[in-house]
Amino acid sequence: MAPLSYYLILSAMLFTIGVWGVLRNRNALIIFMSIELMLNAVNITLMAFSSFLKDFSGQVFVFLVMAIAAAEVAVGLAIIVSIFRVKESINVDDVNLMKW
Amino acid sequence: MSMLIFYILAIVAVVSALMVVTLRNVFHSALFLVLTLFSVAGIYVLLEAEFLAAVQVLIYVGAITILMIFAIMLTYQITSKSIRQVNEQVIPAVIIVLVFFVLSLVTLIKTSWPVSNKSLPGNNTFEIGRQLLSTYVIPFEVVSIVLLIALIGAIIISRQDGPSRPGQEDR
Repeated sequence: MAPLSYYLILSAMLFTIGVWGVLRNRNALIIFMSIELMLNAVNITLMAFSSFLKDFSGQVFVFLVMAIAAAEVAVGLAIIVSIFRVKESINVDDVNLMKW
Repeated sequence: MSMLIFYILAIVAVVSALMVVTLRNVFHSALFLVLTLFSVAGIYVLLEAEFLAAVQVLIYVGAITILMIFAIMLTYQITSKSIRQVNEQVIPAVIIVLVFFVLSLVTLIKTSWPVSNKSLPGNNTFEIGRQLLSTYVIPFEVVSIVLLIALIGAIIISRQDGPSRPGQEDR
């Protein structure tokens, strides 16, 4: 079985790729996918600690994180669809009505 | 043997995650996201969490990605494929990403994490269910209410012609 630090490094790499996607992309849908990547990276960390500490609490937290991720995706995609209906675009640079 | 499987899953996850954030076509990004989520489910199996691997496939691959693909179908303009997907902030993005990655790597490698040598007690699914309804019953109920409210909110936000906007014609 791979040591704990391998799982943590994998999780750090996935999280960093997610950060890159959020910072670099202008498409709101790709930003959403990057947020999913980051949530998954954190889930890997929780799961690795849960498995190596022999404690089920981490797995319960992963379960709760998944439920919150589902809620976040539902609301976020609804917002994106209604923004598209008004603006005809999902480019985050076009959505600057509340930007000071 | 399990090391080899770990390496394969990790490489697939990282490469397809890179594809998600770099490809120009949003639909291809969504498909590579499915691949990443599948590899993460495989990692969960390696970590002896079969129940959450199944939940990962059901919720992430089955539900969230389908929602994403529906949103792409509803919003993506096929005619304007040449729009640039990336912004101009490449230098700040590179700096932030590199600093974050190096710092987290140093922290993760330098720290000596505690590791227990006990064996996991009993049945995985049974234990999670028991903890959800005993120790973590309040978070469990709260998260179910949050999920319900979020779904109702999503329906209200994306409803096309509500009574609040009577004069708008449908598009």
